[in-house]
Amino acid sequence: MKKQILLGNEAIVQGALEAGVDFVSTYPGTPASEIGNTFAKIAEKQGIYFEFSTNEKVALEAAIGASFSGLRCLVAMKNFGLNVASDALLPLCYTGIKGPMVIVVADDPSCWSSAQSEENSRAYAYLAHIPMLEPADAQEAKDFTKLAFEISEKFKLPVILRTTTRVAHQRMPVIVNSKFKIQNSKLKGKFVKDVKRFVTMPPRVLEMKEELLEKIEKIKEFAEQNKINKIENYLPAEARRAKAGKLGIIVSGVSYLYVKEALEKLELDLPILKLGFFYPLPEKKIKNFIKKLKKVLVIEELEPYLEKEIKILAKEINPKLEVLGKDILPQIGELKTEIIISAIGKLINKKIKNCLPAEVLLASGTKAGKFKIPVRFPRFCPGCPHTMVLTAIKKAAPKGTIFGGDIGCYMMAGLPPHELQDYLLCMGSSIGIAHGIGKSTNQKIIAFIGDSTFFHVGIPALVNVVFNKSNILIIVMDNLITAMTGHQPNPGEKIKIEDVARACGVKNIKVVDPINIKEMEETIKEFLEKEGVSVIVSRRICALLAKKQNK
Amino acid sequence: MAKSFNIITSGTGGQGLITLLQIIAEAALLEGFDVKTSELHGLSQRGGSVETHIRFGNKVYSPLVSLGSADLILSLEISEALKMLFYASPKTVFVINKNLISYPGGFEEKKLIQKIKNFGKGSKYIIPASEICQKELGKEVVSGIYLLSYAVHKNLIPLKPKSILKAVSKVVPEKYLDLNKKAFELAKK
Repeated sequence: MKKQILLGNEAIVQGALEAGVDFVSTYPGTPASEIGNTFAKIAEKQGIYFEFSTNEKVALEAAIGASFSGLRCLVAMKNFGLNVASDALLPLCYTGIKGPMVIVVADDPSCWSSAQSEENSRAYAYLAHIPMLEPADAQEAKDFTKLAFEISEKFKLPVILRTTTRVAHQRMPVIVNSKFKIQNSKLKGKFVKDVKRFVTMPPRVLEMKEELLEKIEKIKEFAEQNKINKIENYLPAEARRAKAGKLGIIVSGVSYLYVKEALEKLELDLPILKLGFFYPLPEKKIKNFIKKLKKVLVIEELEPYLEKEIKILAKEINPKLEVLGKDILPQIGELKTEIIISAIGKLINKKIKNCLPAEVLLASGTKAGKFKIPVRFPRFCPGCPHTMVLTAIKKAAPKGTIFGGDIGCYMMAGLPPHELQDYLLCMGSSIGIAHGIGKSTNQKIIAFIGDSTFFHVGIPALVNVVFNKSNILIIVMDNLITAMTGHQPNPGEKIKIEDVARACGVKNIKVVDPINIKEMEETIKEFLEKEGVSVIVSRRICALLAKKQNK
Repeated sequence: MAKSFNIITSGTGGQGLITLLQIIAEAALLEGFDVKTSELHGLSQRGGSVETHIRFGNKVYSPLVSLGSADLILSLEISEALKMLFYASPKTVFVINKNLISYPGGFEEKKLIQKIKNFGKGSKYIIPASEICQKELGKEVVSGIYLLSYAVHKNLIPLKPKSILKAVSKVVPEKYLDLNKKAFELAKK
């Protein structure tokens, strides 16, 4: 046992190694990407099967196959990835697993690196009836990963480990065990036919639901006993009476760290119930905790899921209890120590001005503190092939052309000075939405999509525009790598996008090196005049990757 | 150490802030401190503003430095130093690379430096690290190591230079190690 500084995501990898993981699949997405990057480096040496899958759904399905064959699996993705994978997730909870499976899902409160929405993936716990654990720091990220494997193995259900940016991208000294067993996974698996277990069809499917709900009840009992739901500072009744009007705190995830910090600054030792389980909740433990309190502050980021559950429990056990949460804490953006100091301050009637360090007030009160400096937007790297395409488009596209954006570095086409992005929603939607606009108007439309995004979910959208006879131009920004998340490989290595387009029935296809701006310009002009679906594959290696390879 | 030591580093994407963070964190661990850090990855770091948080002490809970509680702001670019002022108290020390990466709407160097100098009472060290590293070593990219070395040798960070140097060897890949060590030594002078 030794201490090693690990990033939250590296700690998850370490936890999986210590739990004897055999099979790992992922699609990269910030803030989960380093899980895949780390496994990519070590998998072969450790005898683990690892892949960057085409999208999160097939990543999960691959792991389901491995689990059905008895292997120990980990799947990692960012929040939006779970939306893609959810089609497989729900029935998986019905069939249950054979080899244990942990699904890591990374949310991003404040949308530091998420363009689509401030998604709170905790809702999937209710939707799928899947156990979900929430670590607060890198050590817990490791420990909870191991525990998730244990729960999965014991109760035959997949388990979600839900992190957020401040856990995934937090570093701290983590106690690691470097003596885990290394086995060769490929020789271990065996798929034993079991139709009753692996086939979800009526009427069996409803029996499966019953079995699932029974498993969740058992896990709830397990959660009651488990130490990751822990009570701190629970003083005897008399001592509590004297303190802060019997206020208690229930907290989960990284907010726990901010609570500890806040209480230290306020010199308070309020009772805390720290929940490691988000689902199922240890209801008895919660009831015990809130039984004698007058007020409880529920501290969680984003939507008040815990708060709602606790309000229901309070009705049963302590109807007079005042349950506070989102009435004094924000539902948008991540939490931080300062916000919690201010919220607790309000509840104990301590003037906030006195709670905050004087320096804060000074900094925010001075001219310098208020001084606003313009935002420095991210920009395309020097020599980026995307900018060459944008230059050609500016010259070639007639006024009023609609530009569909997609998920990748080329999203920056929407920023000044380019401003060539009229909508942006989710992976693959540049093509999907272009189709609807094309069917509704006579306007010209150009959809941008990257190579990895094209393979991820762009292909079904392409089939649809051909099948339903759209009139759009698609420019695939093929920089030969999944660049934005840190250069992960994608199917473009083996499968040419122009071949896929041709097989999908696209008639107008051209591959252009964007460094030939004139050729790009002329091709865009030509294709915009053509009937039907046109595809330009703009192919040139990511400038950063080229630089890396030349080093 | 009674309370934790809080560092904010800032700069623009690609300047090596994460490496700097790793070095400081490793050095703190070497000296037996608890340490927590926070960083961001992804598209916003493509040449955009980057800030990282590093905290070490006997016991550290939050990975984030609270507003007004940075002990040191170490910045690799002048505009990005100014953007971090809300983490500063009147006592905060600034170590800043005299290096302006201009951008549309950004301010000129003189104005930026004046604004920083006018803030609070903490010492401000504005050092042409990029220029020195480019001139002496032919590589601007090690200016972060140069500034870090400068800061520990001036006792602006409660860590020993020896620990930082050890951490550099641990964190920096073999083929860049020599260059980084040279930058570290250069700042001693």
